[in-house]
Amino acid sequence: MDSTQRHDEAVSGPEAPAGQTALLGVETPLTLDCGVELGPFTVAYETYGKLNEDRSNVILACHALTGDQFVTGTNPISGKPGWWPLMIGPGQPFDTDRYFVVCANVLGGCMGTTGPKSIDPKTGKPYGLSFPVITIKDMVRAQAMLLDYLGIQKIFCVSGGSMGGMQALQWTVTYSDRVHSAIPMGSAAHHTAQNIALHEVGRQAIMGDPDWHGGDYLSHNTIPRAGLSVARMAAHISYLSEAAMHRKFGRQLQDRDTISYGFGADFQVESYLRHQGTIFVERFDANSYLYLTRAMDYFDLISEFQGVLGDAFKHSPTRFCIISFTGDWLFPTSVNRTIVHALNAAAANVSFVEVESDKGHDAFLLDEPEMFETIRGFLKGAAEHWSGDTP
Amino acid sequence: MTSDPNSTPSSDIRIDLLLIADLIEPGSRVLDVGCGDGSLLHHLAQAKKADGRGIELSQAGVNACVAHGLSVVQGDADTDLVNYPTAAFDYVVLSQTLQQVRHPRDVLCELLRIGRRVVISIPNFGHWKVRWKLALTGRMPVTEALNRQWYDTPNSHFCTIKDFVILCADLGIQIERQNSTDMQGRRMPIVGAGSLANLFSEQGVFLLSRPADHSSTAPGAG
Repeated sequence: MDSTQRHDEAVSGPEAPAGQTALLGVETPLTLDCGVELGPFTVAYETYGKLNEDRSNVILACHALTGDQFVTGTNPISGKPGWWPLMIGPGQPFDTDRYFVVCANVLGGCMGTTGPKSIDPKTGKPYGLSFPVITIKDMVRAQAMLLDYLGIQKIFCVSGGSMGGMQALQWTVTYSDRVHSAIPMGSAAHHTAQNIALHEVGRQAIMGDPDWHGGDYLSHNTIPRAGLSVARMAAHISYLSEAAMHRKFGRQLQDRDTISYGFGADFQVESYLRHQGTIFVERFDANSYLYLTRAMDYFDLISEFQGVLGDAFKHSPTRFCIISFTGDWLFPTSVNRTIVHALNAAAANVSFVEVESDKGHDAFLLDEPEMFETIRGFLKGAAEHWSGDTP
Repeated sequence: MTSDPNSTPSSDIRIDLLLIADLIEPGSRVLDVGCGDGSLLHHLAQAKKADGRGIELSQAGVNACVAHGLSVVQGDADTDLVNYPTAAFDYVVLSQTLQQVRHPRDVLCELLRIGRRVVISIPNFGHWKVRWKLALTGRMPVTEALNRQWYDTPNSHFCTIKDFVILCADLGIQIERQNSTDMQGRRMPIVGAGSLANLFSEQGVFLLSRPADHSSTAPGAG
């Protein structure tokens, strides 16, 4: 099947995003965890490489909180490189000369998939806060509908880091018979109190911005720049390690030789964070940020299985490779190890590697040769045990 | 860790690992505790079509294993075996590691809970050279087989073959087979399984099982 024949059927007009889209849930809507029936809805996605004859080479990449469907090559919206070029591309671990890589913008996102900034067909206005609350499981259900639409039954490998890792884990639980192998990186079976607390700071910054207008800022022709920017600054700190920050900035001053005895950006690290906040506002929707952080907070595979995570993976046919990073304090090795222990308790097929890196939570996006070597080896082992049959 | 992912870890498999592999039936589910670079797991997958998993303490070892496509997790025998369900494996292998764990008796009980059979190898502190050196010099023996000084050896719980056999008896563990070897794993058939084995073998390799009527729960730590 040549999937490129099927794109751009769904969305047209001023909302049409760059790239491919699918209109899903037309006949049967998607029943969300919150009880709302959503449909029809749009999923914006990209594919890389070529689907082979027996459809055995599908890799589903799941993006993190502020990621999008443009994993590699040039992002047509921003004009910048995709977010995972070291992992995905010709000759990379997810080798697009060999694999057919699919990545979709998550439900509730703001890069073309239906989310709070999309137009509510009932009102003709953006959903804003009337958009239903989305969960990680809802995102995964929408991805499964996309794969149905693309004619793909079984995934060779599902992978992602952080929120992408949560989706990968949810895939192995909700659609275990469709997932041959999974590589969740820097991930967790649930959000901890600290994770939720950090997200709440970001949300309060957005909602406390007068330009937020109760979520209705698009009708007021404004966006909560200050709030969203602060949310990004706080989150960005949590993605780096203390060591990485010190190495990059130390206490170096920005464009001055001495401290100013004021509150300008004296320090380089301040200037850097302000810049990160400013550019983020240009590319990300504030309400989407609220919805997606909430989805991560609500994610709890442990309580979904009455406190016994091992039950989530009972009789799992999936081959797992859990990867954590020594310098990741947001999703530290200990929470990744919890997943490993649960997989062991279910006698599942699991590999677990802790990659030595002091680059923080974002390490999964960066040049980590040990991680690449692990993934190449794991995929090689997974390919030797591929079976297209589903139970 | 810079191993070549295209090389195979079993190309020069140690003789003692081959001896362990000989005790394992083809097509078995095997857990190798302290699997190192995965040589045994790789050999078992190739030669015995085994479904193998590993636990390894060292990060370099784990990464080498996974990069070779083996299913291995980073973990500690003392703390992580409790997570595995009972009778999940046909065989659990513990090679040259029991003397390094904090609670050897508990670990042994866990191995026999997780696996229907256990293959275990231990260095023999009852070897005549060890006895001779201790008796003669009054110092902790350093031999070719046990070649580290007391202050930097990873071995914290030395035992003799006789000690191990007695522990098995105390725990109601059945010794199905016992091989005596030198440290390279070369079989020493003459010495048998009695006091001569305890005097002349550098290493004991045991195939253990727990009689069906015996409780599989570990006794309280002593």
